[in-house]
Amino acid sequence: MGVSIEVTNLNAWYGTNHTLQEINLDIPANHATALIGPSGCGKSTFVRCLNRMHETNPIARVTGTVLIGGLDIYADAKPVEIRRRVGMVFQRPNPFPTMSIYDNVAAGLKLNGYSNHKVLDEIVEKSLKNSALWEEVKDELKKKSGASLSGGQQQRLCIARALAVDPEVLLMDEPASALDPVSTSKIEDLIFQLKSQYTIVIVTHNMQQAARVAEKTGFFLNGRMVEFDSTHKIFTNPSDKRTEDYITGRFG
Amino acid sequence: MLATVLVVAPLVAIFVYLVYKGAVSLNWAFFTHNPVPVGETGGGMANAIVGSGILLGVGSLIGIPVGIAGGIFLAEFGRGTKLANAIRFTADVLNGVPSIVMGIAVYSLVVVPQGHFSAFSGGVALGIMMIPTVCRTTEEMLLMVPHAVREAALALGVPNWRSVLSITVRTASAGIITGCMLAFARVAGETAPLIFTAFGNVGWSEKLSEPIAALPLQIYVYALSPYDEWHRLAWAGALVLIVLIVLAVSLVRYVTSRGVLKGAS
Amino acid sequence: MTRIRFQQSLEELKEQLLVMAGLAEQSIQRAVEAYRVRDLSICNLVSISEMAINRLEREIDQAALDLLAMEQPMAVDLRFILSVIKINADLERVGDAAKSISDRVRSMEQMAQADLPVDIPRMAELAEEMVRKSLQSFIEGDADLARSILTMDDAVDAMNRAAYKALTKVMEEQSHLAPQALNALMISRALERVADHATNIAEDVIFWVQGDDVRHHKSLKTAPDPYIIE
Repeated sequence: MGVSIEVTNLNAWYGTNHTLQEINLDIPANHATALIGPSGCGKSTFVRCLNRMHETNPIARVTGTVLIGGLDIYADAKPVEIRRRVGMVFQRPNPFPTMSIYDNVAAGLKLNGYSNHKVLDEIVEKSLKNSALWEEVKDELKKKSGASLSGGQQQRLCIARALAVDPEVLLMDEPASALDPVSTSKIEDLIFQLKSQYTIVIVTHNMQQAARVAEKTGFFLNGRMVEFDSTHKIFTNPSDKRTEDYITGRFG
Repeated sequence: MLATVLVVAPLVAIFVYLVYKGAVSLNWAFFTHNPVPVGETGGGMANAIVGSGILLGVGSLIGIPVGIAGGIFLAEFGRGTKLANAIRFTADVLNGVPSIVMGIAVYSLVVVPQGHFSAFSGGVALGIMMIPTVCRTTEEMLLMVPHAVREAALALGVPNWRSVLSITVRTASAGIITGCMLAFARVAGETAPLIFTAFGNVGWSEKLSEPIAALPLQIYVYALSPYDEWHRLAWAGALVLIVLIVLAVSLVRYVTSRGVLKGAS
Repeated sequence: MTRIRFQQSLEELKEQLLVMAGLAEQSIQRAVEAYRVRDLSICNLVSISEMAINRLEREIDQAALDLLAMEQPMAVDLRFILSVIKINADLERVGDAAKSISDRVRSMEQMAQADLPVDIPRMAELAEEMVRKSLQSFIEGDADLARSILTMDDAVDAMNRAAYKALTKVMEEQSHLAPQALNALMISRALERVADHATNIAEDVIFWVQGDDVRHHKSLKTAPDPYIIE
């Protein structure tokens, strides 16, 4: 099941660049929340603060509180633990190139010490089914490498890989932007099904996509969160003029 | 096309010449008998073949792990640090040290304290010579692994050290193995460092603590000698050396292509 | 500013609607004038305008559909295009009402003049004022002006109800004047409808500018749940 995320006074820096300023946000459990905004507005940085991937960059710094399911992920937990509970799917599909499909999905588990083959088999199957890839690859799990699939399939493989470790939150950074429309639709349908089991945060620059999959939407601009409301409100009658200017294409 | 021909031609020429000069002296005895005293016919270089194998084995055991570990450190953990720069500089210098100087250095460091020449010291010399190549190739291959692959591993909650070993190194493994083979092929033919360390041996030896024969060393000694019989054996030895190196490299390629690299596009 | 072509398309759509509005407003004025002076040539003008109005309705709807499909408008742009589509329909009905009045005038031509207890010109004046104001609120995007129209409808409704009472009385008591009374009643009804359409236009302007849906606000509070069938 998914958990809620409460962000309080989050600030982030890359070196001296104050990338995120005073972000306050409550992301509801078992919903999909979209983050929109022009390039460089900080939405990707924000999402990477939620699973502490931001700090893999040596000049990165964070202040403020992020509570995931009530747990303070900076003060009371280690990055490795958090990343097992908060999964991530990236913009460009990145399956492990030297591993088979099976090994890709099982990677998160195997590398963390699981070795029971029967259990792994079940988890791999379940994850591939949850990411709508099972039917297409079930006969070639161990023979085909992860990198030999099409772009859309690779992305679903990455989703399966992230789901295999049974996270509570799934972060998706523009997951469909490198894919064709059919693959994009498949991913969107997937998100729709997944949100009943996980909390999903999706960064997208495609507003129609945000409208299609997310109940709540947040608009980021220049490192600040300008407006956060139901997707319906943001796209039919936003409160802030900057939000309206962005979504109507008047700038950005 | 022309470039390919230009590169391959010298190799083919050498090989053909070696076959021409050396094949006549090849017989079963070459591979099974030790050298016989001057004047007698027959004999072979069995001890040198085995000796080279032992020396290269010891050298690889020393050079490859150290080189790979160094490469991993340079690429993954020490990027930008002064220590990394120092290591890289040292490796480059080591690479440029003439092999005879290496032999003398190991003589002072290992042979003198031990009190005698030994296969072990020969292995050490060869091993140290392998380190720079293995280290630099490993570093380069690791740096070529896309950042996205590392991020994928980290995002799964895999600790950094584990991600490096199980994902990054594994992804770069083809290149790393190539680097090891390059180093191996290079030191397989080294003669100078063995002169003052392994020293050579006309008889059979397998012990690490005793002087040991080696193909390149033997070839060198025989080639410089005034005896025709020994010259013929030297040619044969040279041919065998080249063939063995090619076989070793091919074997490694074959074995690894069935394993780690399977299915990679 | 980006999406310049799209902004221009929105402006063009607005212009098209204003042409339509001008025609509709003019039709009502002409129809009422025809009633006042009993001039059939003016009725002909109304008939010609009606055809232009119908054609424009189709063109405007098509243009709006194209913008929705091709430009994925959001927020205020989306509300604007939606309002244009609705106002388009209301204006076409206003044109229909004008034609209806003009037809009544034609049939009354054959009848004797009668002095009827109904102030058509006054009703027409009110209805025309509502149409003019609602169109102005659209031109200027003035939601406050639009809101002021919402209450004017009550006056027109009251006048229509009074006309109904008075004219049915005439039909009962002076049956030789029944044809004229009936026609006058139908004209009154047409004017009441014009006022309703002007109200709709005002409500659509408020929706466009403020995102507020103010339709049927009076009856909403006591409305039963439409999904429960008694």
